[in-house]
Amino acid sequence: MTADSERDSRATRRDVLKIAGALALGGGAAPAVVAPARATPAEMQAAVASIVGEARVNDGRVKLDIPPLVENGNTVPCTVTVESPMTAADHVKAIHVFTEKNPQPYVISVVLGPRAGRASVSTRIRLRDSQTVLAVAEMSDGTFWSGRAGVIVTVSACLEDVL
Amino acid sequence: MARALINAPAKAPRGAVIEIKTLVSHVMETGFRYTQTGELVPRDIVTGFTATYNGEEVFRARLHPAISANPYLTFHTVATESGTIELTWTGDNGFAATERIRITVE
Repeated sequence: MTADSERDSRATRRDVLKIAGALALGGGAAPAVVAPARATPAEMQAAVASIVGEARVNDGRVKLDIPPLVENGNTVPCTVTVESPMTAADHVKAIHVFTEKNPQPYVISVVLGPRAGRASVSTRIRLRDSQTVLAVAEMSDGTFWSGRAGVIVTVSACLEDVL
Repeated sequence: MARALINAPAKAPRGAVIEIKTLVSHVMETGFRYTQTGELVPRDIVTGFTATYNGEEVFRARLHPAISANPYLTFHTVATESGTIELTWTGDNGFAATERIRITVE
């Protein structure tokens, strides 16, 4: 093999690497185009604003109980508990749960009253990605309180095709 | 009629806070999934749940596609008097299910 042809083959190898790099970049961008729109943190903020309006959302009084690491994003147990005496004068009116990276930010909205006795709701939710889940509680005095929890999801919901 | 599972105490002292666990069988198709031929599977979910205690509403929930299949919901209510707790689920494509439980308050 001559020096010239070796230089040629090196150039080729460099070209191949360039193409590979371009493909990798393209490959990284492609799923974002194919995947359906997902809720972003900004969309979650907009969803929260659509519920609370101009009111300020305080931190605290809301406990969001979700396992920090879940294997299967299709069923994630989730309990929201709000500190409240639940009397006619001071009770939780509603609890809303939001996600930031699911296709939609809304998860569940519940309406409670003094007849509930305890402001605690459990359900099972779907999580598409590792993300922060937010719970917002509306009190009878018009204030809003929130709690959040970070969750790491190893197998996300909504990935499988329907056969 | 959809199958529903309910776990609630049959008897409770007056004024006690009781826990009611509910589960209804439903696919909860999100409307975000595609078939292998690329067609979007239409949304089919349970959108609403209501609990009434002797006709008075004590709990209501609005569900979205992010709720898992076979929606499970646990809530609390105060056992005020003996009577019936009626649980109603409503959803897409005319889905409706109703279950009644009796409670005796002592």
